[in-house]
Amino acid sequence: MPTSTDSESRHDETVDLDQRIDLYRMMVEARVFEEMAYRMFVAGLVKGTSHLAIGQEAIAAAFAAAMRPGDLTFCTYRGHIHTLLRGAPPSRLMAELFGRGSGICGGKGGSMHLTDASAGAMGSYAIVGAHMPIAVGAAWAAAERGTGQAAVCFFGDGTTNIGAFHEALNMAAVWSVPAVFVCENNQYMEYTPIRSVTAVKNPAADRAQSYGLDSVLVDGNDADEMFHTARSAVSKARAGGGPSLIEASTYRHGGHSRADPGTYRPDDEVADWKARDPIPAYRERLIAAGAEARRLEAIEAAVDRTMHEAVEEAKAAPVPPTSAIGTNLWADGGSAWRN
Amino acid sequence: MAELITYREAVARALAQEMERDETVYFIGEDVAAAGGVFKTTTGLLERFGPRRVRDTPISEEAIIGAAMGAAMNGLRPVAEIMFSDFLATCWDMVANQVAKTRYMTDGQVELPLVIRTANGAGVRFGAQHSQSVENWAMSVPGLKVVAPSTPRDVIELMAASIRDPDPVVFFEHKGLYPTKGPVPDGELVGELGKAAIVRSGADLTIVALAAMVPRAVAAAEDLARRGVEATVVDLRCLVPLDTRTLLAACSRTGRVFTVEENPRLCGWGAEVASIVMEEAFFDLDQPVIRITTDHIPLPSADCLEDATIPSVSRITEVVEKTLD
Repeated sequence: MPTSTDSESRHDETVDLDQRIDLYRMMVEARVFEEMAYRMFVAGLVKGTSHLAIGQEAIAAAFAAAMRPGDLTFCTYRGHIHTLLRGAPPSRLMAELFGRGSGICGGKGGSMHLTDASAGAMGSYAIVGAHMPIAVGAAWAAAERGTGQAAVCFFGDGTTNIGAFHEALNMAAVWSVPAVFVCENNQYMEYTPIRSVTAVKNPAADRAQSYGLDSVLVDGNDADEMFHTARSAVSKARAGGGPSLIEASTYRHGGHSRADPGTYRPDDEVADWKARDPIPAYRERLIAAGAEARRLEAIEAAVDRTMHEAVEEAKAAPVPPTSAIGTNLWADGGSAWRN
Repeated sequence: MAELITYREAVARALAQEMERDETVYFIGEDVAAAGGVFKTTTGLLERFGPRRVRDTPISEEAIIGAAMGAAMNGLRPVAEIMFSDFLATCWDMVANQVAKTRYMTDGQVELPLVIRTANGAGVRFGAQHSQSVENWAMSVPGLKVVAPSTPRDVIELMAASIRDPDPVVFFEHKGLYPTKGPVPDGELVGELGKAAIVRSGADLTIVALAAMVPRAVAAAEDLARRGVEATVVDLRCLVPLDTRTLLAACSRTGRVFTVEENPRLCGWGAEVASIVMEEAFFDLDQPVIRITTDHIPLPSADCLEDATIPSVSRITEVVEKTLD
């Protein structure tokens, strides 16, 4: 666990209270969406598997707040919230988890494969590390075309030991692409603590030097610190300053996936991290900074309503027609492999 | 006007034609820019199009294909070289899980107009890890188009078609064919994916071949003709999409069908061809479909051993003649 920092002192004075309240709203959206996904899984409506990001919301929210329309997000199978916070409609995300025709990918993606290209959410990737070189390519194209886009690629601590991580960071650095690589170090790859299988203490930050990048280690549960970090890295990318690698310490409150109760983690460790839940801590800080409790309560109520409506819409949505099986493999809309 | 150029020269000409036409076409790979490619297939492109569009990469096949995919998502039409097709195994996640599946998994939201070109096949004594014919790996994955030309003209026409295609294409160049020459007309050339070629017509039997096996099939057909047997030779050119119309018409017309495949025996493309012909032209057949393939082994390096396992002109002729007795 990172040492506690005086986060208020790291608060960037150029960020006003309204922006911080918006960051709070995004974290609440992410939390409530995930809680609903969990309940719907238990109710049998979410099929297959789901990997929840409860406890890790500050990282996705900070980057979503720091990014502009047109910027590109690449995330992992623990990517419901990254997709949501870029602007994908919650009802269509929930419908995708339910396997409904109105799902964001028409029911062909599922929990681990959420994409909303219109929102710049360019996919959640279920093979560890695969999206890192893809993010390099998207950022490279942005630079070549002069679009001013930045690509942000989220990945877990487990990714730091797969080849694609190293190939991607080297190429990103050599080509100086406008990309930000964000390690969400939640301390466990799946069931195994990352420290027990990694030669260095900080699995991403300690490798940065190998690629000529700065070693950046931040408290991923501190929304202010995360936002400051995100804004700097995205601005640097956009300004032609090349890629960044950020390691954000955090913790998932639950297990790896729905099949995992997470019992391999010591009780006191779980309790410590839950005490550092990013959302209530940030709420207190905002109140101390002058936010009205009523305003935050109104946000919480509105988010709750939105997510309940999303669930009801998804429940009411029809399943995809079986004819969808053969559509959209090819650009012509079909899937023919012969004439 | 037509001039004779090599299959090798055709690669650079095709890339140049498309890069000239479309500024979003970029080309990346290992040793492809300053060195002009290890097979000298891309000589001159760096000088002509500059280091931004013709770019050397590290030896990082996953990053090469991943970068091509990400760039294709974001407005470029990249061509990525994997130096030897055997190396596709080092980035097969990118090819088979990412590139192939993304359009489908996103229900059409993400378009990936990219070409993976790679040197495939044997005949140059490189041994088991630099000589394989792996087009059937790609053929087995839904979401990939698979092209394998046999002539310089087809290299240009099908490369142009592949680059212009909105879907991912794996383009297998045969390294044994690089020095071979063929006539190529002047001017812009663009072909069509999914069209087989009838290279030779004959009423007695059909030999279906691909890439380096096409000239061998033609040579075998000429031998057979001297003995009074007339063979049709079909060059499939593309495995996906597969031109079953041309294939089935030829098979039905001749009643005897042979495949000549450089891949090892199990699950080669000819097995799929045989299955289609059996299901759809069974009552036009005079005998079972016969597959002539490389043995089911890793390829040996020694020239005599390599030659003995890959289908040769004499082996094709012998197998065909035996069935005609």
